[in-house]
Amino acid sequence: MWRGERRVLAGVSLEAAAGECVHVLGPNGSGKTTLLRVIAGLLRAEDGQVDCNGRNTGADRDAWYATFSYLAHSDGLKPELSAHENLAFETGLRRPLRPGEIETSLADLGIAHTRDQIAATLSAGQRRRLAFARVMLAGAPLWILDEPYTNLDRDGTVLVSAVIGRHLDRGGTAIIAAHLPPSIPGHRPRNVELAA
Amino acid sequence: MSRTTVISAACLVFRRDLLLAQRHWGQVAQPLVFFVMVATLFPLALSPELSELRQISSGILWVAALLASLLGLELLFRSDHADGTLEQMLLTGQPLSILALAKGFAHWTACGLPLVLLSPFVATAIGVPFDALGTVMLSLALGTGILSALGAIGSALTLGLRRGSLLLGLLVLPLAMPALIFGARAIDLSIHGDSARGPLLLLGAMLALAVTLAPPAIAAALRISAE
Repeated sequence: MWRGERRVLAGVSLEAAAGECVHVLGPNGSGKTTLLRVIAGLLRAEDGQVDCNGRNTGADRDAWYATFSYLAHSDGLKPELSAHENLAFETGLRRPLRPGEIETSLADLGIAHTRDQIAATLSAGQRRRLAFARVMLAGAPLWILDEPYTNLDRDGTVLVSAVIGRHLDRGGTAIIAAHLPPSIPGHRPRNVELAA
Repeated sequence: MSRTTVISAACLVFRRDLLLAQRHWGQVAQPLVFFVMVATLFPLALSPELSELRQISSGILWVAALLASLLGLELLFRSDHADGTLEQMLLTGQPLSILALAKGFAHWTACGLPLVLLSPFVATAIGVPFDALGTVMLSLALGTGILSALGAIGSALTLGLRRGSLLLGLLVLPLAMPALIFGARAIDLSIHGDSARGPLLLLGAMLALAVTLAPPAIAAALRISAE
C-alpha cells in the first residue's frame, strides 16, 4: 500500500474471530486508518486480500458491506438533520427499524435528550456518540472503529466501552484503531502493532 | 436480520434529499434566481422589441437553463462527500447505482422542476407566444432531466478535486450540446406554429438513454472518489 511516495502497511496480517476484539495500535502515520479502510473495502490494497469466512470480500462487495459497520474519522452526520433523523436515515438504509429502537440506543450512550436537536448544534463529543449510535443500530456482526474515543469525555468512554463489551458478548467482532488501549469490561483486546 | 429493500432504500434517499433541500432552500433558490436574471438581461442588452426577442428566445431560455442547472449541480454530492455521509451510504450494502438514481431524481425535483414551472413566466417576458408555452415546459422538463443525469456523472467525478466546479462545467457542457440543439429547436418550431414532435421525441430518447446509462457511471465515479 502506498501513500504518496511512502510505503505503508507492508506485510501486515490480521485475523479476528467472532467475539474477539482486535486493537490496532501504532504511532501516527503508521497506517492504522489506511488498514481499516482497506479492510472496509474503501481502499484497494496493491497486494493481498481481505477474506470473510474463507471467502474473498472483493468478489461481492455489497454483501461484504452489509456485514460490518464502519466508524470513520468523520462522524458521517448531516448537520442539517436532527439526531433522530440522522439515525433513522442511516440505519433505515440497512434494515427496517422498530419503533423506539433509536431512542434506546441514544439512551445507552447518554444522549437521549438530543433526539430532536439539529446535529450542527451538538458538541463534538455528542456527535461522536451519535455516530457511534449509528454503528450500534446497524446490527452488523463486525464493527470497524477508527478512533472511537475521539472527543469523548470519561462518561462517554465508559458508555462506549460498555456497548462494545455487550457486542462482543453477543458473539460480535470489533476491530478498533486507537491511541490508548480500550478497556472493555470482561474482554481483553488482542493487540496488533503496526511499525512506523 | 431483515434487510431494507432496494425500493424503500431509494425512497429513503429521495425523502432525505428533499428534506435537506427544504432545510437550506436559499441555496436551492440560487439557480432559479440566476435563470430569471440571465433571461431578463437579454431584453436589456439587445432590444426590448418582442418581435426581435422572439427570434432568439428559444436560445436564451435553453442557455439560461443550462447554466442554471450547472450551478445547482454543486449541491448534488459535494456536501455529502464533505461530511462523510456519502461514504456511509456507500457502505450500506445497497446497490449504489439505484441510490445514485434516487439522489439524481431528488436533485431534479428540487432544482429542475421549479425551473420548469417558472419557465412559462420567463418565456412570456421574452416574447414567446402563449401557444408555445407547453413546448417550452416540456422541452425544459426533458432537458433539465438530461442535464441532471449528465451533471451527476461530472459531479461525482470531480468530488475529490479542490477546484472541481470549473472542471465540472468543462466536462458537462460539451455533453449537453445535443440536448441544447434539439431543445432549442423544439421551442423554435413551436413559436413559428409548426409541430415540435420530432425534436421532443429525440429529447425523450436522450433522457431515456441518460437515465439508464448514468447510474452505473455515477456509482463507479463515487467509488473512485471515495478512495
